[in-house]
Amino acid sequence: MNPQDIQKIAHLARLQINDDVAAETAKSITEVLNLVDQLQSADTDGVAPMAHPLDAVQRLRADEVTEGNQRDAFQAIAPATENGLYLVPKVID
Amino acid sequence: MHNLTLAEQKAQLEAKAFSSVELTQHYLERIERLDTDINSYITVTAAQALAQAEEADKARARGEGGVLNGIPIAHKDIFCTDGVKTTCGSRMLENFVPPYNAHVVDNYLRAGAVMLGKTNMDEFAMGSSNETSYYGRVHNPWAPNCVPGGSSGGSAAAVAARLAPAATATDTGGSIRQPASLCGVTGIKPTYGRVSRWGMIAFASSLDQGGVITLTAEDAALMMNVMAGFDHRDSTCIDHPVPDYSAGLNDSLEGLTVGIPEEYFGEGLNPETEKAVQAAIKEIEALGARTKAISLPHSSLAVPAYYVIAPAECSANLSRFDGVRYGYRCENPQDLEDLYKRSRGEGFGEEVKRRILVGTYALSAGYYDAYYRKAQQVRRLIKQDFDNAFNEVDIIAGPTATSPAFEFGAKGDDPVAMYLEDIYTIATNLAGLPGMSIPCGSVDNKPVGLQLIGKAFDEARLLNVAHRFQQVTDFHRQAPAEID
Repeated sequence: MNPQDIQKIAHLARLQINDDVAAETAKSITEVLNLVDQLQSADTDGVAPMAHPLDAVQRLRADEVTEGNQRDAFQAIAPATENGLYLVPKVID
Repeated sequence: MHNLTLAEQKAQLEAKAFSSVELTQHYLERIERLDTDINSYITVTAAQALAQAEEADKARARGEGGVLNGIPIAHKDIFCTDGVKTTCGSRMLENFVPPYNAHVVDNYLRAGAVMLGKTNMDEFAMGSSNETSYYGRVHNPWAPNCVPGGSSGGSAAAVAARLAPAATATDTGGSIRQPASLCGVTGIKPTYGRVSRWGMIAFASSLDQGGVITLTAEDAALMMNVMAGFDHRDSTCIDHPVPDYSAGLNDSLEGLTVGIPEEYFGEGLNPETEKAVQAAIKEIEALGARTKAISLPHSSLAVPAYYVIAPAECSANLSRFDGVRYGYRCENPQDLEDLYKRSRGEGFGEEVKRRILVGTYALSAGYYDAYYRKAQQVRRLIKQDFDNAFNEVDIIAGPTATSPAFEFGAKGDDPVAMYLEDIYTIATNLAGLPGMSIPCGSVDNKPVGLQLIGKAFDEARLLNVAHRFQQVTDFHRQAPAEID
């Protein structure tokens, strides 16, 4: 991991990493990746990946409307809204 | 009043020895006097607490009220509370006031409990020392220059300092058990799916589980009776009958087989901690249980597997914090990408960013099989180790943490040193099993915890063993000398 790799991943995560800390970040992430590389020593041939510890399957519910409109409550905590819409910088010229 | 257990307070409230208002006022006064030094609370809801206490007293006068009527408790600041700021220990949510209650919060409200406030925690529950909180570090009540553990460090410190008789907490890799161990209190992480995660801010969804921190196993049973249960709003919550956790507390331990995993007593374990844990196991034997040496051969791979799976899930979960709908937004964004990047870059702390980056990398094109898939395969091997062990034993016992509370900054800048703090607790989360930590001694006047691990949905058995142990020991009754 070098600072350029870090900036590439940070872009994927839409995360600002300032250039002055990128080298430090690269170093610490390398340490984490060295730790997780111990996984390669495990013999996992034929072992099915486990996503849920109790192997439960996704429950389905009836296709019914259960939530009322709470736009005002949700927008009351938004950084910027106008006329019931969330405001963001201009996307399309 | 504050040295009474929750069960004792419940009995005294029922006997009208004191009122909920008196009890609540007593805790609020203690928090005001002592918490400036400990910093276990991020938010104290004094006025609301007193109003709830008054309601509880009125309900009692009418002969009504839930099972925890009038008992003051604290909630970890990861549980959403309607109208009360919920920060998750992050600058990102410094001004976040949720419009709804977490399922768990509602359960306690219905039971008549009073909320004293919201407890401090590592940012987004990522940490083992509470040092990653945006709201300042929490001081261990037993040793003010030491960490309380994490991520539920505020909950553990608040209970240890008698600033609440009980507090909710969450555990993704040890975040209930490790701080309970370091603060000399009782903590239980239930089976994955036992407690609803609805309204509990997500970190790693296949590992996160809500639980409680209390002074005693008896109190934990009372709290669990209210917390556990099915909730259709959490798709991973499991519809499984909830027993009365208080009912079997006094059951005999005759015939119980306790597994002692050799991997939990190897290199890295503080010899004094080991001594205290071994003595506790002898005590459980004296109560009628027998012990059996077992092996959990993939134990050393638990931390590496966790540091793929947890960051991967965290990077997905935390993508919701975008500076648009709620939470922190940067000043003067130039365009949408700048808005996303700077809001997240400025709103998240260093450890959270590190885990988002690791998770994003592990899930990125070309790396998925080598990291995420491999980790999920190892996760199954770890689960199989426990399945094999539980064919021979009823519960597993060992240390919760390698050593007692360490000093602030002791783990330096090396993230891996901190990650290894959870070496004995992480496997339990990967396997979805219930785990507990109970005080079992001390080293240099700092508490040591005994960890108990059970079969899925066997919380009642853990509480039973812990309670019987606490009937013949007094570690759980000891309070930090400097806190009066």
